[in-house]
Order: sequence, then C-alpha cells, then structure tokens
Amino acid sequence: MLSYFINGISLGSVYAIIALGYTMVYGIAKMLNFAHGDVIMIGGYMAFCSTAYLGWPAIPSVLFAILVCTVLGVIIEKLAYKPLRDASSLAVLITAIGVSYFLQNAALLIWSSNPKAFPNMVKFPNLVIGDIQISSVAIVTIIACIIIMIVLTLFTTKTKMGKAMRAVSEDKGAAQLMGINVNATISMTFAIGSGLAAIAGVLLCSAYPTLMPTTGAMPGIKAFTAAVFGGIGSIPGAMLGGILLGIIEIFAKAYISTQLSDAIVFAVLIIVLIVKPTGLLGKKISEKV
Amino acid sequence: MDNIKRKYSKKTISSFINYGIVIAFFLVLQILSVTGHLGSSMKGQLIPICSYIIMALSLNLVVGISGELSLGHAGFMSVGAFSGVVAASSLADAVPNGIIRLLIALMVGALFAGLAGMVIGIPVLRLQGDYLAIVTLAFGEIIKNVLNCLYVGADSKGLHFSLKDQQSLHMESSGKVILSGPMGALGITKLSTFFIGIVLIILVLFYIQNFVNSRPGRAIAAIRDNRIAAEACGIPVTKYKLMAFVTSAAMAGAAGALYALNYSTVVPKKFDFNTSILVLVFVVLGGIGNLRGSIIAATVLTILPELLREFQDYRMLVYAVVLILVMLITNNEKAMEYLRKTIKKLLKSKSEGRHTT
Repeated sequence: MLSYFINGISLGSVYAIIALGYTMVYGIAKMLNFAHGDVIMIGGYMAFCSTAYLGWPAIPSVLFAILVCTVLGVIIEKLAYKPLRDASSLAVLITAIGVSYFLQNAALLIWSSNPKAFPNMVKFPNLVIGDIQISSVAIVTIIACIIIMIVLTLFTTKTKMGKAMRAVSEDKGAAQLMGINVNATISMTFAIGSGLAAIAGVLLCSAYPTLMPTTGAMPGIKAFTAAVFGGIGSIPGAMLGGILLGIIEIFAKAYISTQLSDAIVFAVLIIVLIVKPTGLLGKKISEKV
Repeated sequence: MDNIKRKYSKKTISSFINYGIVIAFFLVLQILSVTGHLGSSMKGQLIPICSYIIMALSLNLVVGISGELSLGHAGFMSVGAFSGVVAASSLADAVPNGIIRLLIALMVGALFAGLAGMVIGIPVLRLQGDYLAIVTLAFGEIIKNVLNCLYVGADSKGLHFSLKDQQSLHMESSGKVILSGPMGALGITKLSTFFIGIVLIILVLFYIQNFVNSRPGRAIAAIRDNRIAAEACGIPVTKYKLMAFVTSAAMAGAAGALYALNYSTVVPKKFDFNTSILVLVFVVLGGIGNLRGSIIAATVLTILPELLREFQDYRMLVYAVVLILVMLITNNEKAMEYLRKTIKKLLKSKSEGRHTT
C-alpha cells in the first residue's frame, strides 16, 4: 500500500515536472504546446547518447540533455511560434502539432524505431524499510521534483525575470508598456519549460527504461491533462495535478485494472472538470459582455 | 448565367459547386481505375479518403460552425467502426446482401456514435475553449481504452460481451468472436465500396449545407459568435450545441463503419489521439468553417504521404515541414500578399504570351 503510494508520487512527480512546462507556456503564450512531449523524448535520447556512446557520467549527461533541450525549445519558439503570435489559437495548435511530428520523425530517422535500453543513471541501492522496498529512482525523482518546485517558486516570486513572466501572463499589453521585453520573456519561458522537459525525460526513462521516438507522446498527453486538472496556467496547480494524477494511475493499475488505468485517469479528470470547470487551483475568469 | 444568379442565392451555387467537385472526383477516379491508370496503393486509398472527408466535414460542424475545439473525434469514429463491424458480422447470415448489410452497419455505427456523442456532450458542453478540448481528448482516450479491453462474440443465443477475455464470453462452441480486445476485429468481410462512400459524402454535405442555413444552424452560428448575446436573445445554448455535437458524432460513426468495413482487420489503437489530430489538421488547413476546403485538404493530405514516397524515410519529416510552412505562410499577411502578386503576375504573363503568339 505504502509502496504503491510512493510509486504514485514518483510517477506523479514526473508528470508534475512535464506539466509545469505546459502550464508555464500556456500561462504566458496562451497556447497548447503539443510538441512538449517530444522535447521530453529528445531529452531522453540526449542523455542516452552521452552516456551510452560517449561514456559520460550521469550528471554531465543530464546537464547536456538540459542544455540541448533548452536551446531546442528556444529555436522552436523563434522559428515556429513567434511568427504566429497574433494568429488564431487553432493555427498555433496545428503548428505545434507539426513541430511534434517533425521531432518524432527526426528522432525516427536518427535513432530508428527500435527501442533503446536506457542506461541506469541512478547508482544508489534501493531503500529498504522493513518489508517495503523503495526504488532509488523513485527517491531521486521525488527529491528532484521538490527542488524544482522550490527553485521555480523562488524564481517566479523573487527574481526580476520571474516577476516579468508573471506580469506578461497577466496582461501582455500592460507588461509591454511597463518596459518588459515580452518576446525575451516568452523565450525565457520556453527555455525553462524545455529544460524541465529534459529533466523529466531523464527521470521518466530511468523509471521505464525503454526509449523510442514515441516515448514522450503518452506522458505528454497525461501531463497535459495534469496541468488542466490542477488549473492550467497555475504553477502550484500543475504540481498538485501531476502528483494526484500519478497516484490515481498507480492505484488504478494496482487495484482495478492495468488495461483500464488510463481510462480511469481520464475519467477522474472529466469528473473534476465537470464539478470545477477551471481545474483544482484555476482562477475563475468572469466573462464580460 | 445572370438568370441562374438571380434564381439562386450565392450560397446555393456554392453548395452545388461542392456536389460537383465530389461527383467529378468520383468520375475521374472511377475512369482512372477502370482504365487501369490507378496504382494498387492509390486504389486502396479511395475508401479511406472518403471516410476521412466525412470525418473532416463532421468535425468542421463542431470546430467551424459551432466553434468548439474537439480533440477526440477519432473516438466517435472508433465507436462507429466497431459497432458497425459487430452489426455487419452478426447479421452475416440473416442479411446475405452485402450492400444492405453495409447500409445497416453504417446506420448502426452512426446510431451508436451519436449515442456516445450525447452521453459525452451533455456533461461536457458546459465547458469552454481549451477545457472542452482537453475533455474531448480524455473521452477519446477512454473510448480507445475501453474498446481495447472489449470482447464481443456472437452465437445462436445472440451477442455476448466481456471486458476480461475471450473465455468469459461463455459462448456456445459454434459461436464466433467478433472483437477480441487489443487485437481488434479480425476477419471482417470487406463490404465498403467507393460508390457508397461517395454517396455518403454527398448525403453528409447535403445535410451540413442545409443545416447551416436552417434555424438551428443560424442559432449555432450566433452562439459561436457571441454566446452571451445569443443567450440573451433566448437561444437555448446547450440544446443547439448538443445538436451540432451529436450530429457530428453520428457522421463520424458512419465514417468509422465505412472505414472499418474496408479492411479485414481493424485494431482500436488505429483510432487514437493522432487520428483525431489528423482530422483536425484537415479542417484547419482547409479553412475553418469551409466545407470545400475540408474536402480538398482531406483528399490532398491523405494522398500526400503516398506522393512523397520518393523521399522514402524522409516523407513524414517533409510532411511535418510542409504542415508548419503552410501554417506560417497562410497566417502571414506579407507572405500572402507576395503570393497573390506572383500568382497574378504569372497569370498575366501567360495571357500576354497568348496574345503575342
């Protein structure tokens, strides 16, 4: 029971980290970045390549993955999303889907569709308390998630850049008038979101060590629902949504049905949205006529 | 010409052009395939193109005319496909005529998908924008997941259902399994024909074009343009939204049945999130709310991967780049202006060339 709970929190932490990327980008650019799941996959491959081919130790290869994904995120934003800043949200959505196809197929060409066995990056022994065994990956994931949560909260409340980000997500026009560089802020958001995606990719692949070009797709969709679950645009909401989703998924798998676990996760999401249409921690926006 | 213009409104003429395009498409392909100019891979694409066109048209009813983003349209296609297959397979002895069986399957598919649309639509349509999108996505995934576990068998006593495995169907030894969970439907008799597909497209087109100009259609457009104002005018918002959603789901169900009965096996995984997105791409690239655009985009984008065969492994990459570029160019004023000018120039130089010779 307790081990399920910890596994749930661990999986949920990964979802939470991915969901942060979705929610930050949504908050600031008001777009659903469907390519986010594929950035996770690229992060996983980068860490895989640097350890398996170049023989780098764990920490430099994770940093390398973060660097590549950050740069990738900024490039994607500049090339594909920036020209569409004033276009309809559907146009941006389709472009994001195009980027997602592009990344998946580029990965397919470079690394082929054969699943790669992800190297074990966490070299600690598993924690054993009584008759419960907790995998070291789960512990590292949870710790990483807590650190990211604290750093991100400090960043958005204390630093100038973080405050600028919140200002832009509140009101783009007013932020610009206050002398905030909106474009730089949006790029920064994409950079942070993609860097987080790289971390999530490494953690995800450490927990489920098969790497394929489609690895990021399903966690991406689930993390996206997690972001909505918690109230899209809200950073604590993404955290809460991600962790709850992970716990629900693990418990559904353990006690109800493995095959139907995804259906149960989505059903819970639907019930939450019907009861509280803006998600758990979402702000209610009153409509004006 | 002036007479025609006076007699029929612009909209009617535009509708007739749409029927014309579909019929011309049918005739051209039929002639090509009879004379043997059509490759076997293209021939195999004909019925999928028909069902994708219907999918795009039906999604356009939700996205374009009702203005709601739905990301789970493949779920309805899936419901239609599998209920259609179950109907067609279980009626194999009772209704020997293939065409009639196909028509029954299409109707059963539409009925069940419409019911699914109603079950989903009643709670969901209270949400708006991105929240509605995510809930439809979630429902699409739930439908896929449940169908992935669904076993259906038929024997002399009737249909048997189970969510566990084949054994728990408790069938007579003579019974046959129609759906077997993740393996999907096996041994389907191919019933779909290109002609029926085209007829179905025309019916759907006829329905949507008339629906848009009807009282409910105008009400739905009013809700899309300004929900609060429409509500204030006494339009029952939920009723009309649900009407568009259920109709669209039923059409997608018919498209699904048409699609499934073209293959010998169909798996539930086929109708996943990517299929929903594919159809949404048809609608957006064709122009939201533009039916003709949907038809053309669905056709071109289904054939495009086939045409890109010479790029081999790169074809999906090229597809992605084309998709991004088209979105960037069509949303860029300057690029569109430049494009219009060059096309005008090209046309001019051609006509001038004709004058001098």
